[in-house]
Amino acid sequence: MTAAIELRGIGKDFGRVQAVSDVSLSIEDGEFFSMLGPSGSGKTTCLRLIAGFELPSRGALFLHGRDASRLPPYERDVNTVFQDYALFPHLSVLDNVAYGLRMKGVARSARRQQAEAALAQVALGGLGARRPSQLSGGQRQRVALARALVNQPRVLLLDEPLGALDLKLREQMQVELKSLQRQLGITFVYVTHDQGEALSMSDRVAVFNQGRIEQVDTPRALYAQPRTVFVAGFVGTANLLTGAAAQRWTGQARPVAIRPELIRVGAPAEGELEARGTIVDVQFHGATSRVAVRAEETELLVHVANPPVMPDGAALEPGTSVQLAWPRQAMVELEEPEPA
Amino acid sequence: MSETSPARPAAPGLASRLSTALFHHRLLAVWLLLTPPLLWLGVVYLGSLLALVWQSVYRFDDFSMVVTPDVTWANYRALFRAANFDIVVRTLGMAAAVTLGTGLLGFPIAYYLARYTRGAAKGALYVSVMLPMWVSYIVKAYAWTLLLAQGGVIYWFADLLGLRGLLEGVLALPVIGGNSLATSNLGRFLVLTYVWLPFMVLPIYAAVERVPESLLHASADLGARPWQTFRTVILPLTFPGVVAGSIFTFSLTLGDYIIPQLIGPPGYYIGTMVVAQQGTVGNLPMAAAFTAVPIVIIAVYLVLARRLGAFDAL
Repeated sequence: MTAAIELRGIGKDFGRVQAVSDVSLSIEDGEFFSMLGPSGSGKTTCLRLIAGFELPSRGALFLHGRDASRLPPYERDVNTVFQDYALFPHLSVLDNVAYGLRMKGVARSARRQQAEAALAQVALGGLGARRPSQLSGGQRQRVALARALVNQPRVLLLDEPLGALDLKLREQMQVELKSLQRQLGITFVYVTHDQGEALSMSDRVAVFNQGRIEQVDTPRALYAQPRTVFVAGFVGTANLLTGAAAQRWTGQARPVAIRPELIRVGAPAEGELEARGTIVDVQFHGATSRVAVRAEETELLVHVANPPVMPDGAALEPGTSVQLAWPRQAMVELEEPEPA
Repeated sequence: MSETSPARPAAPGLASRLSTALFHHRLLAVWLLLTPPLLWLGVVYLGSLLALVWQSVYRFDDFSMVVTPDVTWANYRALFRAANFDIVVRTLGMAAAVTLGTGLLGFPIAYYLARYTRGAAKGALYVSVMLPMWVSYIVKAYAWTLLLAQGGVIYWFADLLGLRGLLEGVLALPVIGGNSLATSNLGRFLVLTYVWLPFMVLPIYAAVERVPESLLHASADLGARPWQTFRTVILPLTFPGVVAGSIFTFSLTLGDYIIPQLIGPPGYYIGTMVVAQQGTVGNLPMAAAFTAVPIVIIAVYLVLARRLGAFDAL
């Protein structure tokens, strides 16, 4: 089976800046694939290369097995949901949704019907006569989605589509997008800087940093087995032990990561590692508290269930001396970043 | 007991108190700012315009050459006399041609300027569009009479390319032709198009600049070829800019009275007619009636543009 999207050694330069360098990846048909990274990491450029808004400086791009490296956007079987939605302000909502069909030469009545069906699919039936400016941000987002999906693309590209929405709406849209993708069975390529979003929705995630891919994996694997220092720090929260600290607990200088929820407050069991220190801060986060402990020249973050107490029942408060323990396998060995 | 009261801020000065007063009385501030321009617009501008229109219905005695303030429609009726109506049609035709010409020339320049240049190149191109406006209009008009004259640069260049025959052929055509480029309607069109081009480029430039790039990407993404994107996205969204530019070029050509005198075939334009009536003949009411013509035409033009939806995307 050929991959839906395949990037082979793709690079993109803007002047002297390498926005994307040597990216190779393969996205399967029907996969929910996220490209995660901080701003300027090259994830959006990568998406624009797939959409055809940019042409690669190096390497090749295949869409469903066909070399699409130099194809213009209007000859690619992909559609995009833009970060700013990019709705046409001079057209009604219905005409916006019908735009792709109109360009394909679909007859007026047929495209009207299909556009109305697409609007109904995103729960916006009956708003077709409005202008985009008369809609709320969330509604515009749905129109952008309907406008892309009405063309029945095999691949849908989403460029931080929920970035402008408030938290509640964003969480609701995450659920809707995921179920939509399952229902349609098409490939979603989803660009985001929100690691929570990427982890909760995706089948696989590519973590971008400085124009390169650091790791491509399932959300679980990314979280449990981060390969590099960057991934461990960017995906979820991690205690990074480097240099002398790593030496102290592992006996070697290679950096390691420990997830804060894998550290316990209390005495170590057989074969466990331990640290002693003083609490410097306790933050309340609903189900858990985040306790920062100054121990052995480093600061360790520990997530404990609420209420935050020691095994003997004493409260965890700033200034309290504590003993921390974690199993050896909680520490994940990381690769040092390659010297640039 | 020591007097250690905290350092009190000095009493606010007059300027500070004035700022505070204006801050709390927004309406007062607005009126203070608006009064001078409103006076200017109301008294100097609209007042003189009304006086002009009012004088256009005064009576002019052909025999005694005396203007009497009696209301008459004779001046407006005179506009529709064949000789005068010709002048209106001639001016209108040239204004339409110049508007079309500047539009066709100006759009690509404005589009290129807004979309394809940045930094120093954009600045340089922008200045070069504006540059002709730094030179006196009269100087430019006279310079063009030399460029277009027999033995001038354009004839010399046509000879150089072996295109003299073509040039003569074009000048032999009715309406646009003439004895030489300098005395043809074609020459007049060239000069007017040159002079008013910046007024077309700048509004279109501003309109193109306001179209987000993502809209063009979205259009291509949805399957539109570049020409379709131009027709269905770029043109509708920049049309207000084109209309704004055309209002400039159209009204500036309608009111011009110097280039029609210096370049092109003999025959009055509205502007030159106003000068002649007012200066040579002393028929101020007739001059005023002629002046009303461009005002009416532009008003009709604006209504039409509105009907076409030119201002919908504003």
